[in-house]
Amino acid sequence: MSDVIDRPPARAGLKVIGTRPVRPDGADKVTGRAAFGADFALPGMLVGKVKRSPHAHARILSIDTRRARALAGVKAIVTAADFPDLASEEYEAGEGAANLRDLSQNCMARGKALYDGHAVAAVAATSAAVADAALSLITVDYEVLPHVIDVEAAMAPGAPLLHAHLFTQGLEETPQAPSNIAARNELTRGDLAEGFAAADVVLEGRYVTAAVHQGYIEPHACVAAFASDGQSQVWSSSQGQFMVRTFCAKLLGLNASDIRVTPSEIGGGFGGKTTVYLEPLALALSRQAGAPVKMVMTRDEVFRATGPTSGAVVTVKLGATSDGRITAAEVELKYQAGAFPGSPVVPGSMTALACYDVPNFRITGWDVVTNSPKVAAYRAPGAPISAFAVESAMDELALKLGIDPIALREKNAVRDGVKAAYGPTFRNIGYVETLEAIRDHPHYQAPLGRNQGRGFAVGFWFNIGGESSAAVHVGEDGSATVVTGNPDVGGSRASMAMMAAEVLGLPVEKVRPIVADTASIGFSMLTGGSRTTFATGMAVTQAAQKIVADLKRRAASIWDVPVENVDWLDGAAVCLDPAKAGLPPLTLAGLAARSAKTGGPITAEVSLTAQGAGPGFAAHLCDVEVDPETGHVTILRYTAAQDVGRAIHPAYVEGQIQGGVAQGIGWALNEEYVFDAEGRMENAGFLDYRMPVASDLPMIEAILIEVANPRHPFGAKGVGEAPIVPPLAAVANAVRRAIDVRMTELPLSPPKVRAAIDAR
Amino acid sequence: MPHVVTACSTCRQFTDGLAEFDVEADTVRRMIQALDRRFPGLGDHIDRRMAIAVDGEIFQDAGAVALTPASEVYLIPRIGGG
Repeated sequence: MSDVIDRPPARAGLKVIGTRPVRPDGADKVTGRAAFGADFALPGMLVGKVKRSPHAHARILSIDTRRARALAGVKAIVTAADFPDLASEEYEAGEGAANLRDLSQNCMARGKALYDGHAVAAVAATSAAVADAALSLITVDYEVLPHVIDVEAAMAPGAPLLHAHLFTQGLEETPQAPSNIAARNELTRGDLAEGFAAADVVLEGRYVTAAVHQGYIEPHACVAAFASDGQSQVWSSSQGQFMVRTFCAKLLGLNASDIRVTPSEIGGGFGGKTTVYLEPLALALSRQAGAPVKMVMTRDEVFRATGPTSGAVVTVKLGATSDGRITAAEVELKYQAGAFPGSPVVPGSMTALACYDVPNFRITGWDVVTNSPKVAAYRAPGAPISAFAVESAMDELALKLGIDPIALREKNAVRDGVKAAYGPTFRNIGYVETLEAIRDHPHYQAPLGRNQGRGFAVGFWFNIGGESSAAVHVGEDGSATVVTGNPDVGGSRASMAMMAAEVLGLPVEKVRPIVADTASIGFSMLTGGSRTTFATGMAVTQAAQKIVADLKRRAASIWDVPVENVDWLDGAAVCLDPAKAGLPPLTLAGLAARSAKTGGPITAEVSLTAQGAGPGFAAHLCDVEVDPETGHVTILRYTAAQDVGRAIHPAYVEGQIQGGVAQGIGWALNEEYVFDAEGRMENAGFLDYRMPVASDLPMIEAILIEVANPRHPFGAKGVGEAPIVPPLAAVANAVRRAIDVRMTELPLSPPKVRAAIDAR
Repeated sequence: MPHVVTACSTCRQFTDGLAEFDVEADTVRRMIQALDRRFPGLGDHIDRRMAIAVDGEIFQDAGAVALTPASEVYLIPRIGGG
């Protein structure tokens, strides 16, 4: 179910953009023909497996691999000793700078194991059974150390220290002792004391979220074939083959140009596949064994050893006048980073107040290492956490002031020309339109029954551009191939084909989109940050425009007229020269058939750094029913409005919104990392780590607000991340209104909800 | 001359706490060079960690962007995504 609200400029003249063609990867996926990471195989391939620490924090005194090496069928064993001991160095790859020392030590523990599941050794053997047997024959002598997982406990004086070299960055005074606090950041504006003094009401709250996993269905998987002649290859499931290439090269001391990485079909990433875990190990094993090595994580390994996002504690203090104008806000965010620095607390801080025009604020963020898996990006990294806190506080403010929650947001909303809390001035945003769409939707006035409540929340995500490459090749039959360097995580192949088809004037079925390996297309930043349809789409569009220019030139040559007298309409060159009136158009297929005599193959490639990504805003409305006996929360109805720029393929955009909402509902109601007293994860499987399934959810209604982005040829904005930002608070606010108790700690699992009801 | 603002504490470590300053420069690249001369280390910090917004638009590759005397430049932490 969906509505599309068009705003000018309308879709004048567009034939493909905005339609809903069958997805190009659909048949492969539903028939099982799609080749995911674990499907790839090479002759003579070995099986690689990882031995992992059973301790949350332990010094590695020794690793004895002799008995394992003696086992028949074992071809290679690697430990940290087989990797360069890298110095702390930040290197640009993925979406930004990564610390190579930390990345290396996350892939393979060096000196200390820092979390349950941390890799300490890896083997390659002729079969999975032999590899498993070899793992059991590796003896690791540990000195178990005290551990700390709770973020505030990790910040406390005297907490077990993860890294002796870690001194807090961002403090006013240079710290004299190491700490688990990696960094402090602060955003400020105005005079906080003056702002609170001007307030008629001041509210304070403390909000807690649990670490949750991205939960992609496909586990991490790769095949690596090392070659000493500089032709090593990796086939893997990731969000960026160029990222995999760079990190493998750096972690193994190889030249990036000596590694070719081919992306497989990807079964979900959500940010969790923007780094490497297995690929460097598989390459190192392959180098030692002299044979290709395949590695596939179990679900247990995915949970224990790959990035969830942070658990966090956020405090919010809001001051407002009695008519609902916010005068001051103070937000403090403490985010788990896991075993190495780098939580998403900075974007969490930057987004915390991004929907609001607040004159005075201070936002303080703390990045804290803990004995848990190093966090990885997860859809709008950091933003859902801070939005849960701020939007819960806004709901409390609405209740306290007796103001409609949407009206309260409208009163304080950012608009074009308003400076965002993180600095720049907003332009061409559709935030207020999302508020209006929910306010005017029948859902907002629909009656509620007993034990039911309705919650509202908003969210923001920046969206980014970045480096992208694309090529368009015209086939001799008049078809076109679009080649990009971005794995298709959320439907980008469809949008790439549609944008090319629109420019070329072809039916979309005549355009085949493919994702190329690192040797076959120019550099492309990974698929993430909701950038691909915007940035890579810009490269595709420009490449297609170059093709059209070339085709017009060829037609002009054939007709012997100036190229200025040739237009391109509906997939054909049209002669505008009055002296040649009546000439039939030259179709793309016709020109392609004559390419050998008009200049050769018809092809174009464009590489660019896309600028001007438009931010995304979302407004969500959620109805719940709470079972007072069990505390179980049922989602009854959910409506999500989002400024999407211009929807290239509306069904995919709706799918992104629905998917983000589903993940946010899981975060709100059920998902959490549960650790035992020794710091071992107790629920590392989908039976015990409860993600929502289709039967848990109603149909999620997506409302597409189209405020076009003038910096994109078709007006696109990123859409994949904003929809996961509001649901945590939308659900919590609905529960608040259903049971008349503000619950501030996620997940709102049945025992906690029941306890809250009992404590009323 | 262009006005540079940073709301971010990591930049203010290099600027003795200053959050706003005017810089004589006609491109972003020259602005970064000027900032680095005035606040040693800030240029490298901007290159590695920051994105730059000029008159409201965030640039990831801003070096060649022209600045006017009326330009407002924001230094903000670089943004990724999921």
